[in-house]
Amino acid sequence: MNEADRTESRAALLPSDAYDAQALANTRPSDWKNPQPAPNYNLVVLGAGTAGLVTAAGAAALGAKVALVEKNLLGGDCLNFGCVPSKALLRAARFHTDLHHAPRFAGSAPVSSQPDFAAAMERMRRLRAHLSRHDSAKRFQALGVDVFLGAAAFADRRTVEVAGATLKFQKAVVATGTRAARPPIEGLEVAGYLTNETVFNLTERPRRLLVIGGGPLGCELAQAFARLGCEVIIANRERYFLPGEERDAAEILADALRRDGIEVRLNTEVKSVTSVGGEKRVCLVNDNQESTVAVDEILAGVGRVPNVEGLNLEAAGVEYDHEHGVRVNDYLQTRNRRIYAAGDVALERKYTHMADATARIVIQNALFWGRKKLSSLTIPWCTYTDPEIAHVGLYVRECCERGFPFKTFTVPMSDVDRAVLDGEEEGFVKIHVREGTDAILGATIVARHAGEMINEISLAMVAGIGLKTVSQVIHSYPTQAEAIRKAGDAYNRTRLSPFLKALSRRWLAWSR
Amino acid sequence: MEDLDRLQRDTVGYFLRAANLDSGLIADSSRTGAPCSIAATGLGLAAYVVGAERGFLPRREAAARTLTALRFFRDSRQGEEMDATGHRGFYYHFLDMKTGRRMWQCELSTIDTTILIAGALTSGMYFSAAADDEPEIRELARFLYERVDWPWAAAGGLLVRMGWKPEAGFQSYGWEGYSEAMLLYILGLGSPTHPLPAESYDAWTRTYQWENLYDIEFLFASPLFMHQLSHVWIDFRGIQDAFMREKRSDYFENSRRATAVQQQYAMRNPLRFKGYGEHCWGTTAGLGPGFSKQRLEGGIERQFYGYVARGVPFGPDDGTLAPWAVAASLPFAPEIALAALRHFRDVHPEVLSADGLLTSFNPSFETGDGSHRGWLSPEHHGLDQGPVALMIENHRSGLLWRLMRECPAIVTGLRRAGFRKGWLRSSHR
Repeated sequence: MNEADRTESRAALLPSDAYDAQALANTRPSDWKNPQPAPNYNLVVLGAGTAGLVTAAGAAALGAKVALVEKNLLGGDCLNFGCVPSKALLRAARFHTDLHHAPRFAGSAPVSSQPDFAAAMERMRRLRAHLSRHDSAKRFQALGVDVFLGAAAFADRRTVEVAGATLKFQKAVVATGTRAARPPIEGLEVAGYLTNETVFNLTERPRRLLVIGGGPLGCELAQAFARLGCEVIIANRERYFLPGEERDAAEILADALRRDGIEVRLNTEVKSVTSVGGEKRVCLVNDNQESTVAVDEILAGVGRVPNVEGLNLEAAGVEYDHEHGVRVNDYLQTRNRRIYAAGDVALERKYTHMADATARIVIQNALFWGRKKLSSLTIPWCTYTDPEIAHVGLYVRECCERGFPFKTFTVPMSDVDRAVLDGEEEGFVKIHVREGTDAILGATIVARHAGEMINEISLAMVAGIGLKTVSQVIHSYPTQAEAIRKAGDAYNRTRLSPFLKALSRRWLAWSR
Repeated sequence: MEDLDRLQRDTVGYFLRAANLDSGLIADSSRTGAPCSIAATGLGLAAYVVGAERGFLPRREAAARTLTALRFFRDSRQGEEMDATGHRGFYYHFLDMKTGRRMWQCELSTIDTTILIAGALTSGMYFSAAADDEPEIRELARFLYERVDWPWAAAGGLLVRMGWKPEAGFQSYGWEGYSEAMLLYILGLGSPTHPLPAESYDAWTRTYQWENLYDIEFLFASPLFMHQLSHVWIDFRGIQDAFMREKRSDYFENSRRATAVQQQYAMRNPLRFKGYGEHCWGTTAGLGPGFSKQRLEGGIERQFYGYVARGVPFGPDDGTLAPWAVAASLPFAPEIALAALRHFRDVHPEVLSADGLLTSFNPSFETGDGSHRGWLSPEHHGLDQGPVALMIENHRSGLLWRLMRECPAIVTGLRRAGFRKGWLRSSHR
């Protein structure tokens, strides 16, 4: 199957239920007619995922003549195969876990209802269809964007061709995203496996599931499927989940997954897969010791591959490779200075909010001689397991590598009243500051709502606010975000040196 | 003090009972048929020294037991064979008590070898007489230490790997971040025959985490034993490497603070386990009730574990406490450790027996046998008993620290790691 066949087939894979039909009517209307191309576009956007949509909408709002080209589904990975469906599923899974813990809150017997997997998947499709309205072809048409459905390819340094139409541009943006990597595992292709592009099409619960990869996708979906009643094994090549995250965070996550009944296999490679009698037998290797597990489905979450094929980037003078995608400078320009790239296809950190942020940079730099830099962004991210793991700025390892002294202020969530009242004491807030100052270098939060909480620290970092000021900000009581203020309070107490303490005591004694 | 003396005597007794008198090897635990643990053997060698010094056994007997073990390690098979005793001067984690052959498919363990070698070096420093067995003890201790090929265990990198297997090669991960492996790097750096490069120590400290937790600033490591094991042998009081110079602290003070964090955690008792409090703490690696779930008071479902590295404040914590780890904190924080030991004696007398302190107990776990004591570890472990006997001694007399301050391996290792000041300034080694 060549690349074009494979990506075309993605849309067809969606089951033809009413919700998916509704979503498709928005993101790939069957009766869509491409418009007559304008003689010249200010901006041609290749790819209608988050980066492409934000670029197109923003540029059109500013008065630019914009063409948006998508060969598959508008909304890209985020809406169709990523954040949106996965978070809908995670919510259902979390609900079932809360039901299990009913005795803790309401004193009643545990609710013994078996999770209705099919209903959870249907809810996900319903919500996806609902949200797809924002990314619909008609909406973008109404915004003044020329929406072309079809595979785009550069004809030369200033021209794109799509479905027989020729689009001349002043500037262009490559925002074609990525797709799931195919793990080079013996027998896997033959046995069959799921990726994020196909897993959300399941309508029946697989009894036994192997998840390959302990990154955000693998961990989130392993937990969700386990909570929705699957027997799950997760195999991760590394010793810790979420490579790059703080070790304590990864250990808390491993513990949480085990508590959900997941069989955790760390430091484990998947060597081969064979189909025997309707089940998949998988050979796992840990420190060169082999073992075999039998499962019904395999979900691979082992990385992403940039969508750079078929675009004829060579003709446009755009440099790229098949591992890292399109090469850009700090202003997100490719080697052809008229052509920019945004979102996953060009970024190491592949998040929807990064796609959004880079799209905003591109609008300014491409259309208004802006000089916004990728390197100046403060980028948070979050893995939406339970508890969530969120991070912004530097990690401990990065602080050490940069060679400056630093310290970490740690507040366990169990010290935060609201977390205790909510029964959500697991986790912590850790904020790294430069030694001798209150300047925030980075932070990691592990908490049930860490994704919400990290935004406060991102704001502080962007605004140049230190921990001292964070401590002065009144936080509503009781809230879980108080953990952040408590870190500020802890910082303030370190400023009270023995000398100052003695001075204060003497003053107060004298004042009595 | 009387109680401590009795506890120390009982605990040294574990090693006297657990040793095979023909091979000198010491059993991992009191469980029937338990294999030898080389770490327990290393701790036992040091316990013989304490026993001889305290008069728990005659010096001549201590020397004889020591010599049997050291001769065994000298003569046992080293090589790539799957059932050898060791390779490149390192030893397999578990050995057959009689033959000394590798048990199961266990790994050639760098940290357990370190503890064995530290015990051997202690013997070498203590048995300093010219007569009887003692010159041979010194010679063998030196020989075993100098045979360890530390750079080989770094597998071409800077970090020493955790283990090696003849079937599989090196384990993927090396020792980094603060833990008991501090001792490994000091001995590796101090070797006159196969020294680690100084850069190994930098690599080891690169992932240190200096944290402010409960208003206590310290170099973070979660399980308590990580703050203890190196300190059995090395007197870290007043000496500083580059990291501690910058933090204006030292590793001894750090262990004192880590002990205080344990107490603070138990007082806060976030998971509301039974028994935890100001005088009831001690969360570390060790045996637990087993992997299972129980719904506790208030409808809270808690996960229990078997053998895991428990730690604070982020767990895993299943209500299992290790009284031995409290005793091993005596040199750092005698006030709170003694109060806790008294509490165990008065409130949980079941954790004390004629064989010393239990490995662990869990008052929250319902055993279903009608008792309200919760779960009690069914056995004693050499890895737990050793630090109890040895740290009581450091608390009482500083004997091991005094001996090892004169040990060339330790002094050279510390200096190469960048340690300065304190007693190192006046050391002539």
